[in-house]
Amino acid sequence: MITIDALTKAYDETVVVDHVNLQLPDSGVTSLIGPNGAGKSTLLSMVSRILGADAGSVSVEGVDVFKAPSKQVARKLSILRQDAHTTARITVRELVEFGRYPHSHGRLTADCHAAVAEALTYCDLEDLAERPIHQLSGGQRQRAYVAMVLAQDTRYVLLDEPLNNLDMVHATGLMQLLRRLADEKGKSIVLVLHDVNYASVYSDRIIAMRNGAVVHDGPPEAVITDHALGDVYGMEFSVHTLGGDRIAAYFR
Amino acid sequence: MKLSRSTVAAVAPWVAAAAVLPLAVVSVFVGAANVDFGALWSDEQSRQLLLQSRLPRTFAIILAGAALAVAGLIMQHLARNRFVAPSTAGTVDAAALGLLTVTILTPGMAVMGKVLVACVFALAGTALFVMLIQRVQFKDVIFVPLVGIVLGGVYAAIGQFFAYRTNLTQTMSVWMNGDFSGIIQGRYETLWLAGGVALLAYLFANWFTAAGMGKDFATNIGVNFKWAMAGGLSIAAMVTAVVVTTVGAIPFLGLIVPNIVTMILGDNLRRILPTTALAGAALVLVCDIVGRVLIFPYEIAVGVIVGTIGSAIFLALILRKSNRYAAA
Repeated sequence: MITIDALTKAYDETVVVDHVNLQLPDSGVTSLIGPNGAGKSTLLSMVSRILGADAGSVSVEGVDVFKAPSKQVARKLSILRQDAHTTARITVRELVEFGRYPHSHGRLTADCHAAVAEALTYCDLEDLAERPIHQLSGGQRQRAYVAMVLAQDTRYVLLDEPLNNLDMVHATGLMQLLRRLADEKGKSIVLVLHDVNYASVYSDRIIAMRNGAVVHDGPPEAVITDHALGDVYGMEFSVHTLGGDRIAAYFR
Repeated sequence: MKLSRSTVAAVAPWVAAAAVLPLAVVSVFVGAANVDFGALWSDEQSRQLLLQSRLPRTFAIILAGAALAVAGLIMQHLARNRFVAPSTAGTVDAAALGLLTVTILTPGMAVMGKVLVACVFALAGTALFVMLIQRVQFKDVIFVPLVGIVLGGVYAAIGQFFAYRTNLTQTMSVWMNGDFSGIIQGRYETLWLAGGVALLAYLFANWFTAAGMGKDFATNIGVNFKWAMAGGLSIAAMVTAVVVTTVGAIPFLGLIVPNIVTMILGDNLRRILPTTALAGAALVLVCDIVGRVLIFPYEIAVGVIVGTIGSAIFLALILRKSNRYAAA
């Protein structure tokens, strides 16, 4: 369980995340949705200690993420952010091996090699293992990063807009992979999504934010509704049931 | 046949070592005074020449070359820009400014004291550069080293101003142009410190690779980004300070050696650091031998030779994959 207590972040006068209290589950897929500037990414960055908080606290299974040694936190949760400026020429395998750093401090053990091999297989990257990451397509690179956090072997995997710049083939492939991680490996996946329909189809729980606060929180049936989505985004939605999934239309 | 990168990476340090060894032997043999190595055990004079001049010089070349290449590798990685090196980030000029300050204020200070002051200046000068490039978002990667070169020019101008007033301009030009001809036993030993610091870099190589992948990446796997930056820049500053103090700056070395090595072997620092160090040593050995042979029995300073060869290679590097560098 990740416990978020009165977490607050402000830039100058603008409060981006405003006294948020939340508990994130220890399994399943949890999606954070909301309009631009709602504070989703900022919240995720603070939960993963990448960004310091102005007030409040976050604890992962009782470990304070801001106060505990960073390496201890790195064995409990991992965070994947979009970093467009990766110029480093390292191979997929080398990238995935970095996921073992919190466990091995850079000296890979037999366990590490096994974990790296498993992660590569799981993400279908064996054929690409020796390729430099800058030569991969966007979808392949995203999969390589997921393999890295898989090798990191944390219960909680946080992803900030992982579908950015992916076409629907790769976006759906990645969501299926994340769903499998939750179902087969019992991980807790927490991700920021812009596409409410991906959130609807793949999530166990959806947390909707607006103006730095959580405004709706529940299973897709509760959040993917005309009323709730309209409230979150301030525009009209019409939600339809298609093949058992709740799909929101908002194009007109 | 295309060899896989891991095979090349495994072989590379041995190839580089195999290049350094014969070059080191040649370096010991070349010189104005003839050393009769057959009579080494019987001839006291030959032995003295070997122990007091030739061997120290060869050691100095290897240490300075290796350490500077490592410093350049760490700097380009932490700055996430392949054109950043001690000579393009103001580090060398700041170190020389520090050295000048000691020379003016406390001329009698021991070498270690001078090195430390130069190191503090180099670190502060580089830190200012890093702060500048973090503040300003540049559209083109080439602007980053340009800022460093301009900043270095400012440091150098301040130095020149005071050097002119204290009749030290000639001393200052000595620091800016590397030369091993003055190296004898007792005058190069601080370079072992640079070598030791470069060795230390190997232990923390994973930190620097992680930090080079970005702050978020480093934090995620439990690497303290600030400590990695501070540690890496301190290592680079220390190496630069030692080299400038003992033999003078060797331009382009910290720039071209890491660029060539990473182009072939990738950016996993732990894997490529030994090769980078050995390649740096090999390049300076070659340049020093060339400098000693060209106008034998006189010498051309190694800084001039490295500068000439280095600028040509540097130009080729920019023109060759300029698109990829610019896109990076």
